[in-house]
Amino acid sequence: MPAGGTVSRIASTVTRRRLVKRGTAGLAVLLLAGGLAACGSASGASGSAGSITLYSGQHEQTTQELVTAFEQKTGVNVNVRYNDEDSFADEIIAEKSHPVADVFYTENSPVLEYLQNQGLLAPVNGSTLAKTPSAYNSPQGDWVGVSARVSVLIYNPSLISASQLPTSVLQLANPEYKGKLAFAAGETDFQPIVTSVARAYGDAKAATWLDGIKANAGSHIYPDNETIADEVNRGAVAFGVVNQYYWYRMKAELGASNVQSKIAYFAPHDPGYVVDVSGAGILKSSKNKADAQKFLAFVVSKQGQEIIAHSISYEYPLDDGVTTTAPETPFAELQPYPISIADLGDGSTAISLLRQAGLL
Amino acid sequence: MTAAVARDGALARPGTAGAPQGAHPGRSRSRRARPSGLLVLSILVAAVLLVPLAFLLVEAAGAGVGQVASLIDRQLTEQLLWNTIRLSVVVTALCAVIGTGAAWLTERTNLPGRRVWAVLLVVPLAIPDFVVSFGWASISTDVSGFRGAVLVMTLSVYPLVYLPVAASFRNADPTQEDVARGLGAGPIKTFFRITLGQAKVAILGGCLLVVMVLLAEYGAFNILGYQTFTTEIFTEFQQLFDIASACALSLVLVALSLIVLGADAAGRRRGRVSRASRTAQRAVPLHRLGLWTAPVLLLLAALVALALGVPVGSAVYWWAQGTNQPFQGTSLLSATGYTAAYSACAAALATAMALPVAILAVRCGGRVAHLIERSTYLVLAMPGLVIALSLSYFSNRYGNGIGYQSAPMLVVAYAIMFFPLALVGVRTSVAQAPAGLEDVARSLGQRRLAVFWRVTRPLVTPGLTAAFCLVFLSAVTELTATLILVPTGVQTLATQFWNYQQNLAYGQAAPFALLMIAIAAVPSYILGRFFDRQRATKP
Repeated sequence: MPAGGTVSRIASTVTRRRLVKRGTAGLAVLLLAGGLAACGSASGASGSAGSITLYSGQHEQTTQELVTAFEQKTGVNVNVRYNDEDSFADEIIAEKSHPVADVFYTENSPVLEYLQNQGLLAPVNGSTLAKTPSAYNSPQGDWVGVSARVSVLIYNPSLISASQLPTSVLQLANPEYKGKLAFAAGETDFQPIVTSVARAYGDAKAATWLDGIKANAGSHIYPDNETIADEVNRGAVAFGVVNQYYWYRMKAELGASNVQSKIAYFAPHDPGYVVDVSGAGILKSSKNKADAQKFLAFVVSKQGQEIIAHSISYEYPLDDGVTTTAPETPFAELQPYPISIADLGDGSTAISLLRQAGLL
Repeated sequence: MTAAVARDGALARPGTAGAPQGAHPGRSRSRRARPSGLLVLSILVAAVLLVPLAFLLVEAAGAGVGQVASLIDRQLTEQLLWNTIRLSVVVTALCAVIGTGAAWLTERTNLPGRRVWAVLLVVPLAIPDFVVSFGWASISTDVSGFRGAVLVMTLSVYPLVYLPVAASFRNADPTQEDVARGLGAGPIKTFFRITLGQAKVAILGGCLLVVMVLLAEYGAFNILGYQTFTTEIFTEFQQLFDIASACALSLVLVALSLIVLGADAAGRRRGRVSRASRTAQRAVPLHRLGLWTAPVLLLLAALVALALGVPVGSAVYWWAQGTNQPFQGTSLLSATGYTAAYSACAAALATAMALPVAILAVRCGGRVAHLIERSTYLVLAMPGLVIALSLSYFSNRYGNGIGYQSAPMLVVAYAIMFFPLALVGVRTSVAQAPAGLEDVARSLGQRRLAVFWRVTRPLVTPGLTAAFCLVFLSAVTELTATLILVPTGVQTLATQFWNYQQNLAYGQAAPFALLMIAIAAVPSYILGRFFDRQRATKP
């Protein structure tokens, strides 16, 4: 035993040494790679002439197409970060003393209104604002509307027929829809609907309505609209409230033959029939305002709007002259509830109502 | 500690036994006292790890006591507390049983294909929680709420118990089992009294990690619709733009983790490992499974199918289902490069940081050392969001914005977040390496650093490797802190997956999920091979 033990120990030590050496070499290579990557990214992020930083809460693929076209056209380099728009709002506030972003591009207007109210946005050039209908720009002119989407019902015809669907947003709280409804309380897309209901019927009624839809949805309260679209499509739940583009997007992704669901609109001018605006603004703290203005002008230009119209985002470009090729109801034919951007506000009413209902 | 040291080997260390425990460090200047360099290093490490806590206290103080009290004193808090506690208890118990059982099977029995199992059993840790949850949610709508959370979390975190316990079985002293058997104890009694006893520290360490990870988990619970303190913290931060309230709620998490740490310390006190000197070690005899081979193989196959097959299967399914969009080969390559580089740097950093703390805690002991060691665990219960915010806060407030959204800061954030994982791996090895060998080397005139390099390091290498791999696996899939701290313009596999998934581009998201799993399989494989080679060299 002692002799065997010693031999084995020597053998094992030798093997271990070899392994350790190999491991150390591997580690060194990895560290070097990491260091190089770090250097590379650091130099990439440094602000050479003609460079802006874009915080984008919008879809990556469409944003990337816009950025590439802009870079080719102007030579201005764009560094893009992606995150949820509400996270970005917090980051922008946290970075106040050492600002990073030049442009903030969002999916919905309330976050931009929130930052504008905090005095963090700079005015957008008048010529840029003039490109899109003033109803979809910031009332103060601190951000410009870029594209729009509309709230719809997505439903699975094998679980509920079109005629059984609610036509008014208030009916979502009716007992007949218990276990059939899905919605995403935490999704920024849902807040404008809550704001709209509160504006049309008052806060008290909106609160009761939220309690009703919460009870109806039960376990079908999902984290986001993508999940609603998926679940309705595969028949896990009968219908849900989403923005129209999720359904078109899903159809493009899965192929029409795999899409069992359909979409339906609320009755014309119903408070559930809401147009959400995706917009972009320039940070007051930006040191590259000229290039930032160029970027905003580009996204609402013909070229920029065409990119959005033909992108896989399936949103409506806001320039009247540009139409989508997707088989969507044309933007001009939509009959939404007439709520202004100012009335949609920064979403604080919706948030406190959702919170009161225990949905946030 | 003193008694344990005396039992630790033939060569008890007189210096430690006689030194005043927990006395002022400057005072214990006898020749064999605690090396002050080690202590300083450890204090530095602990200070870095307490940065997030400092941030929480500053921010919560900003909110004011009244606001914090009203936030905590809500009906919701009770529900969150109940949700958090019942999930922690059930998942931890399941992980302890599954992790320990699987470790015993792969390390101590003649299970066919041990090397393969050792890899397959670790890989689930590397699958992002959001991928696992989506995989399950797409199979059945019943996978939601409490039951869904238990299922998904157990399957993704049991390796946190498996890894340290496997390392511990690997290094444990087999003679004790022989002695027990020789004294007439049956195999079952021997297993529970001796085998599990030897692995107790590792099991407790693993369970501690599981509880802490559960406290900080966000992605999976968000998808499964299960509300915990962490999901509420995200809501406060994201929807309500209320950083102060988010920080106040995070303090409740810190309080919960303090209770867990206290309970763990109590358990640990009664579970010191002792072993014969390593010089007297011989090969571990493998238990023969015999007739049990087939059922055991079936059980393990079922475990791997659930933990690995479901998420990988659903990712492959998305890939096959999804589109027509051109395949982004270059972005895949660059995301892979960045992910691997950041994760490897973070793993190396965390392991290096864990070494002094582990050596100090195990070799020197004392109240100061233990306080330092325990305090570092607090960070694990903090959501990645809080850690990222704390770094960006201090950089913006005091650092002139330097390093903000830079690669080094992201690496530091990962190292902080996953430091406790590294510590468990390193600590287990240090605790089992006989201090006697170091003393012999010292008595032969070797300098302290030389002793460390030539004696301690080789002995703790399995632990260092385990630590490196654990941190690497976890960092590869990190999302919430990465979104805030990653250098602008850089995508990691996790952020790119998230981007595509947000846009319903599942076909394009799937390759990123599969690559995350593949990259993480590399350290798992190394881990399995490493242990296997060691075994192969034994007679």
